[in-house]
Amino acid sequence: MESAIAVEDAPLALGGLQLRSRLLLGTGGFPSMEVMADAIAASGTELVTVALRRVGSDARSARAGSLVQTLAAAGVAVLPNTAGCYTARDAVLTAQLAREAFETDLVKLEVIGDDDTLLPDAPELLRAAEQLVDDGFTVLPYTTDDPVLARRLVEVGCAAVMPAGSPIGSGMGIRNPYNLALVREAVTVPLVLDAGVGTASDAALAMELGCDAVMAASAIARAADPVRMARAMSAAVEAGRLARAAGRIPRRLYARASTPNEGLPELT
Amino acid sequence: MARSDMDVLVAGGGVVGLSVAWAAAQRGLRVSVLERERVGAGASSVAAGMLAPVSEVEYGEAGRRQLDLGLRSAAMWPDFAAALEDASGLDVGLRRSGTLLLARDDDDARELGRQLELRSSLGLAVTRLRGSQAREREPALASCVRIALDVPDDHSVDPRRVLAALVRACAAAGVEVREGAEVASVALDASGERALGLVLAGGEQLRASQVVLAAGAWTPALAGLPAHAQVPVRPVKGQIVRLRDPAGPGLVHTVLRHARGYLVPREDGRYVLGGTVEERGYDLAPTAGGVHELLRDAYELVPGIAELEIEELSVGLRPGTPDNAPVLGAGAIGGLVWATGHHRNGVLLAPLTAELTAGVLCDDETPQPELLQACSPARFAAALTAVELVS
Repeated sequence: MESAIAVEDAPLALGGLQLRSRLLLGTGGFPSMEVMADAIAASGTELVTVALRRVGSDARSARAGSLVQTLAAAGVAVLPNTAGCYTARDAVLTAQLAREAFETDLVKLEVIGDDDTLLPDAPELLRAAEQLVDDGFTVLPYTTDDPVLARRLVEVGCAAVMPAGSPIGSGMGIRNPYNLALVREAVTVPLVLDAGVGTASDAALAMELGCDAVMAASAIARAADPVRMARAMSAAVEAGRLARAAGRIPRRLYARASTPNEGLPELT
Repeated sequence: MARSDMDVLVAGGGVVGLSVAWAAAQRGLRVSVLERERVGAGASSVAAGMLAPVSEVEYGEAGRRQLDLGLRSAAMWPDFAAALEDASGLDVGLRRSGTLLLARDDDDARELGRQLELRSSLGLAVTRLRGSQAREREPALASCVRIALDVPDDHSVDPRRVLAALVRACAAAGVEVREGAEVASVALDASGERALGLVLAGGEQLRASQVVLAAGAWTPALAGLPAHAQVPVRPVKGQIVRLRDPAGPGLVHTVLRHARGYLVPREDGRYVLGGTVEERGYDLAPTAGGVHELLRDAYELVPGIAELEIEELSVGLRPGTPDNAPVLGAGAIGGLVWATGHHRNGVLLAPLTAELTAGVLCDDETPQPELLQACSPARFAAALTAVELVS
C-alpha cells in the first residue's frame, strides 16, 4: 500500500546484491510450479534459495517449466544452499558444484547436525565456512541463535549470519527473542532470520528485533493459500522494519493517558 | 506405403498412449502407436497405480480442478477395467481396498487433522480413526501410528497388468503397436500450422490425419514444434522399491500413505513402496539416499516390511506441468492433439484421458467442454513467452 508520505529505506547489500525487498523465499514444498511462481510475485522477493541437492544435474536446465527456468522467468536471483549436507566435506563439495551450476559465489551454507531438529552442526559449520571463504565464496551460514557462534562465523569471514528462530519447517516462530537480540548486538554483518517462521507476526517480530531480512519457506509453501501468505509475509517484514526504525515506546507497568492534562478546557 | 493410411499416430506407448489408441480404435479409427523402447518403459511400468483422488487433494482452485478430474476418472475405472479384461482376457489387478492416511506422531496427527478438515470442507467421505482402530484394520501397523484417516474410495490397480491387457486389447481392436520406434520429430506442412505426421529417429516418415503426443516426460524432446506451440512439461523423478513377501500375501491389505510416501499391496504378496519427488531432469539413477528414506519411513510404520525381499529398484519420470494438471486436446498446431502432463496421476486419469482424447480425434461435441478447457495446451502460452524472453 502506498502511503502519503514516502519513508526512505536503503536497500540491503547482500553479497554484491542490492535488495529492495527484505523477504527471502525458499523454493521447496510448493504444491506446484505455478503456485511457487505466483507466491514469488506476491512476495516481492528478489532472492530465493534452491537446494543444489534438489536440482542436481538439472541446475543448468534451459527446459521450459523446470525449476531453474521458472525462477529465471520470475526475475529473481538464486541463492544456492547446501541443504542435506551433514559434514563440512559434503557442504564444501556441494557449494563448489553450486558455484559451477549457478555461476554465483553466493552460498547459503547449511551443515545439518541432527535429523529430527535439522539444527546446524556448529563445529562442522565453522570448518566449512572458513574453507569456503578461503575459496572465494560469499558465505551466508545457517546457524543457531548463539551469539558467540555468530561472532566466530563473522571472524572467519562470513558475509552474513542466518540464525534459526526455531527448527526448519516447525513454524514455531522465534522461541528465544532474547538470544536473537544478543546476536544482533554481536555482529554488524546482515542478520537474516532463517528458520522457524510460521506466520506473518513471526516475520514482523524478527524485523523488530533488528534482523535485516527474513527467510520464509514452509510457512508460505505449505500454507493453505501460499500466494496470500506470501503477501502477508511481505507486509509483515515491511511493518517490522518500519517499527524498528520508528523506535517503539518503552513498556510500562501502569497506564499513561495518551492525552496530556495540560491545556484541557476548563468547564465551569 | 501402407502406414500412410493411418488415421492417427500416437507417440508414446505408455498407459495413456495405449488407452487413447484403444479408445480411438473402438471408434473406428486406424491407429498406430510408436513406442521408443518397449511398451510402458517410461513412467507407466514404474507407477504404483494408486487411484487416489481423495488422498491426493490439494488446497485451492487448482486442487479442486484436479479433484474433479480425478473423481470423474476414478468413477470410470471399474467399467474401464471390466472392458479391458473382456477385450484382453487378462486381469488388470483392480483392488478395491481403500486407503489409510497415517500419522506416526503428534506433528503428523496435527497435519492430518488439517487434511481431514480440507476433505470435509469438500464433502469427501473420510473418517478419522484412532491408532487402535487403525491397527484393528491393519494389525501390521506400528504402535507409533497415532491416528489415521480412512479413505474408503481410493483404490489401486496394477499398471503392469494394465499395460499387458492394453497391448492385447489394442491388437484385438486392430491397433498397430511398434516398439523400438523412436519418434524424432513432428512433421509440419509448409505453413507450419498443421501436423502431417511423425518422423522416426531412423528417418522413416509416417503420415496420418492426426497425431497424438503421449510421450510423457519425453514429450518436450520431440522436435519440430515452433516455440508458441510447445507446452512446458518437465520430468519429475520418482524412485520406487518393489518388495515381495516370501510368506505370501497378508501383511498389509489396504493402501497405506503417509506424509512422504506410500505402500501399495498387490494380491500376491508383492508391495510397491514409493515414491520420491525430485526435480532432477532426466536423471534415472536410483540413489542410496532415496531408497534409504523410502525404507526408513515405511519400516517405522510397518516394521514387518523388514522381512520382505527387495525385488526391484526403479525410477520413473512423471510428466509435470506448472499447475500439475494434464495437457489434453488440441493446441496451436492443427491435427496435433496432446495427452500428457499427468504428473502423479497418469494411471488414475487414463480412462478419462482416453475418452476425452478419442472425442477430440472424432471431432465429437464433447459433453464436458469445461474439462478440456481446464486442461488446454494453450493455458501456458504466456508463461512460455516469458521463458523465451529470459533465455
